[in-house]
Amino acid sequence: MKPRVMSLVVFTAIVGLLAAPGHIHPWLGFVTILCIAMGAGASGALNMWYDADIDAVMTRTKNRAVPSGAISPEEALGFGLGLAALSVLMLGLLVNWQSAALLAFTIFFYVVIYTIGLKRHTPQNIVIGGAAGAFPPMVAWAAVTQTVDLGSISLFLLIFMWTPPHFWALALFREGDYAKAGIPMLPNVYGRPETRKQILIYTLLCIPAVALPALTGTAGVLYAAGAGALTLAFVKQAYDVYREVEGPAAKRLFGFSIFWLFAVFALILVERLLHLPAFPAVL
Amino acid sequence: MGKSPPPVPYSPEDMKRRKRRAFIMAIGLALLVVIFFVTTLVRLGSHVTDKVM
Repeated sequence: MKPRVMSLVVFTAIVGLLAAPGHIHPWLGFVTILCIAMGAGASGALNMWYDADIDAVMTRTKNRAVPSGAISPEEALGFGLGLAALSVLMLGLLVNWQSAALLAFTIFFYVVIYTIGLKRHTPQNIVIGGAAGAFPPMVAWAAVTQTVDLGSISLFLLIFMWTPPHFWALALFREGDYAKAGIPMLPNVYGRPETRKQILIYTLLCIPAVALPALTGTAGVLYAAGAGALTLAFVKQAYDVYREVEGPAAKRLFGFSIFWLFAVFALILVERLLHLPAFPAVL
Repeated sequence: MGKSPPPVPYSPEDMKRRKRRAFIMAIGLALLVVIFFVTTLVRLGSHVTDKVM
């Protein structure tokens, strides 16, 4: 399993659960988050099973459980499949089948579409594959509302638009690692200048994405002010990467992007916990 | 039918791993039982025992 990825998944899912209009019993909320965390763990295990060969080559991933020999690939596969099935069945039986179907699709998307289909074959891997990481708040939202609506799509888009600049910033200072493993990331396929340009473009796309929760009646004044300021800082960091040929800007952007996502979701969480009103929906 | 090879005994390391795994699975199963039980009570609502079947 991947604890850092899981913490992000769990946190954004908690925000999705609390931001959704309607009420869910706290125990069912807990079960929902548990199932989503189990689904994320299962996806991570299946990813590590399939990617054991390239994980062993990359410095960042060579100490993961399968390449380091702590767990055999067969064990990882069995554990991942079992946990995936259990998480989906539990969510369906105990909460609702709409959210369970979304969770099943999320696991399928991450393992089959991203890991097996895209990761080794296209430099657009994380643009499309980023959807897998963006689904958890939508799953939690569906646990409350039994549906997918514009509010949950707005949370999805926040993570979806954040993913490319986040991973391309990582790829800029880990370019050699990805090249060694033969993964076609943007820097080693189209070069660093194109990557820096794409980072800036996708960071600019975060501006409309960050406005959506306010426009769909999911967030209010505190969010608008905080997320607006954070996004301006995010764009500034991306612009620094765009202008700087070599240097620490990419590393700074990578670190800031993690903070940005946590902070933006935390603002929605704080608004909900303080019962602050959201803007009226205009979309 | 040829003679099947004698079974290879588990090493102490293997036994330790098997025991640990069995323990974790037992804990996991017990937690599942608790989760399903509590969720059933929560979904049925309060005063469930007073309801006419």
